[in-house]
Amino acid sequence: MSCLQTIQDYALRAVTTDPDWALRALPKSDFTLCQQVTLIGSGLIWNIYFGVLALLAGFFFANALAVAKGAKSLLIRKPAEWFIFIFRGSPLFVQFFFGYFVFLSLKGVSPFFTPFTAAWLGALIVLFCNTAAYSGEIFYGALRSVPRGDVEAADAYGFSGFTRFRRIIWPTALRLAWPAYTNEAIFLFHATTLVFFSGFPAWQQKGDALYYASYFADKTFNPFVPYPILAGFFILLTLCILGIFGLINARLNRHLPQERRAKVKFKPNLMR
Amino acid sequence: MFSYCADPEALEGFTWLACYLTTGKHMSLYVSLGVVLLLLAITAPAALLFGFFGASAARSKLLPLRLLGKGYIAIVRGVPDIAFFLFFVIALDQGIEYLRHKALCPGWNEPIRQGNDFVVCTAAKMPLSTSPQWVHEVYGFSLAVLTFAIVFGAFAANVLFGAMRAVPRAQIETAEAYGMTRRQSFWRILVPQMWVYALPGLSNLWMVLIKATPLLFLLGVEDIVYWSKELGAAKLARYSDYPHGDWRMWYFLGLLVFYLLFTKLSEIVLERITRRLSHGQATTGGEALRKAAT
Amino acid sequence: MKKLILTTAALVFAGGMAMAESHMKTVRLGTEGAYPPYNFINDAGEVDGFERELGDELCKRAELKCEWVTNDWDSIIPNLVSGNYDVIIAGMSITAERDEVIDFTQNYTQPDPSAYLAMDGADVDLKGGVIAAQTNTIQAAFVAESGATLVEFATPDETIAAVRGGEADAVLADKSYLAPIADENADLVLLEQEELIGGGVGMGLRESDTELKETFDKAIQSMKDDGSLNKLLTKWEIGATF
Repeated sequence: MSCLQTIQDYALRAVTTDPDWALRALPKSDFTLCQQVTLIGSGLIWNIYFGVLALLAGFFFANALAVAKGAKSLLIRKPAEWFIFIFRGSPLFVQFFFGYFVFLSLKGVSPFFTPFTAAWLGALIVLFCNTAAYSGEIFYGALRSVPRGDVEAADAYGFSGFTRFRRIIWPTALRLAWPAYTNEAIFLFHATTLVFFSGFPAWQQKGDALYYASYFADKTFNPFVPYPILAGFFILLTLCILGIFGLINARLNRHLPQERRAKVKFKPNLMR
Repeated sequence: MFSYCADPEALEGFTWLACYLTTGKHMSLYVSLGVVLLLLAITAPAALLFGFFGASAARSKLLPLRLLGKGYIAIVRGVPDIAFFLFFVIALDQGIEYLRHKALCPGWNEPIRQGNDFVVCTAAKMPLSTSPQWVHEVYGFSLAVLTFAIVFGAFAANVLFGAMRAVPRAQIETAEAYGMTRRQSFWRILVPQMWVYALPGLSNLWMVLIKATPLLFLLGVEDIVYWSKELGAAKLARYSDYPHGDWRMWYFLGLLVFYLLFTKLSEIVLERITRRLSHGQATTGGEALRKAAT
Repeated sequence: MKKLILTTAALVFAGGMAMAESHMKTVRLGTEGAYPPYNFINDAGEVDGFERELGDELCKRAELKCEWVTNDWDSIIPNLVSGNYDVIIAGMSITAERDEVIDFTQNYTQPDPSAYLAMDGADVDLKGGVIAAQTNTIQAAFVAESGATLVEFATPDETIAAVRGGEADAVLADKSYLAPIADENADLVLLEQEELIGGGVGMGLRESDTELKETFDKAIQSMKDDGSLNKLLTKWEIGATF
């Protein structure tokens, strides 16, 4: 079987919904490098899916959490503080366990919760809460370190209330938080490998990159080929994230003089 | 443990629980708790050391050294820690045995790789197969510490690299004006001052390290998560004196509490260190302390 | 991955030959410790089960000093070929794929059929329903091809929990593993349908270790000949006797 044929057969193996496709057996003997690269790459679709969606949705929730944690009202502040503390203070592994457990119990109560026990939704929710807590803490720190001068200038220009927050405080905080947030994004993508490893079951051998890597490691009895392939894919993914976040960073800082732009980037910031 | 535990079937309520929680298997769980704390205590300084060398190499004047430092940071940071742990320890172990084999058995003619087998001479085995079990355990634990240190060293290197750049340029210039060499200004000015800039990053790294300990099992150390899973799984009467259903939830709840408490404790301690380090520093934190004192 | 377990008691087999101990060769036995009745960790935190008794007896007959090590199932073969222990004794079926990489002694159990475990009274469609299995087992590979929807879990315990929680209609695993569970839980039953997938179970060794393989082959044969192996098989309720 040529490599091109392998790619056609297996490139979308991890996400196919076609029943015939889903039944297509994974290779069982004479494993080629091409098969390993293709299938592990196919699984990477899931890592990207989890990472991108959790990050996008988590971003908005994180901002809300950050503002809530800085609120004066105890009723708003306490829940946000506890949410952040619990999700930042426990291993993701334990969070997946409880997530799956809770969704499974809820499924017994009402069939509405059936999709929640599947990784595509259940694990996504856990990852969403996790990244929201971490990013929320980063944004909270950034909101507190917005220079006084910026706020005073906003007051002088007659901004107040929500407008002042939206036009001045929030953009500045975002700029300050960005390097740390980039780190968080990288960690989140790495964390997606835990989904099938020790959280949610894999259906019909559709899993993420680590699932296929461990499949090959098990079948070939040789960990030195599939895991480095997985590592290679993730280095590429990390470079892409750094590139995209770098572009956004440049845009966020476009009004600053060259020298200060660079400085923001290297400021040691809260990382995860 | 207790004398009345001899016949568990006759026990009820509290006494049953007391006996159950003191079985040999539960003792292993409590011991593993200490193992995790020990690993953290050893790994943190080791990772810091790796980080320091990584960061120093990354800002070196020599190109090869600089590439080495930057490559180390970029590659190890780019790979998920699970993926790294899954093959790196075997590679490390084989690497050590290969080197010992070359050094100790020069007259050995057979190939080291025989098909799938990795065969070194008996004297090169690490540890020797005749050595008692505890030597094997200590060796396994050391490999785990080394692997953790390499992975988290890369993150620490990234933080320290940033911190070294964050020390105000004027400080170094002043040092040079006083006639210090590059080496002197590095050790006497840069290194003492960089910690306060590195601390937020390092404390976060510590938090990540705490939460990475469940991955210890991948490295061959039976940690609290392994024992919690093992103890929580349903037990049948024929294999255990204490049969029970699926109790994993309770054990994981215990794990959750352990990690949350440990995180809280770390936060309090790190807060104190930050205050200490800010003393006399040219930062806003240091300024605030100075104002509060006067 | 190195699986040098910190807490597994290093139960050096003494067998009343303490004096000769220093002259005996040390052999490290690797097992999983999570697959009763073959091997599991007992209340005292030690390796126990059919293979524990078998292994100790074989070492006594072969005059070897044996130490028990537990290792995660996923990496049990890579750690053997890498030399972290010398023998796998972990309920491992002899298959052609494994035989390419490692060597097996003769089998010490008869082929054990795989069985389905389901909720009592449930109507299970084995061809079109949802069947749970442990990841990377022969049963998982079997279900993947049978037409049923395969759902994989990391540990055998989770597969049972999945049937209870309604995630899967049935679980496919070795009969000797499932039978005691069906026995002690009123809500779970074994289905009549059984599948003969695996071969017998043998000890796995490095291909370069031919001498050790012969030693154990001889010891197993002697246990088969004098009926002591059959006694163990009956005691732990593992498949048919020889």
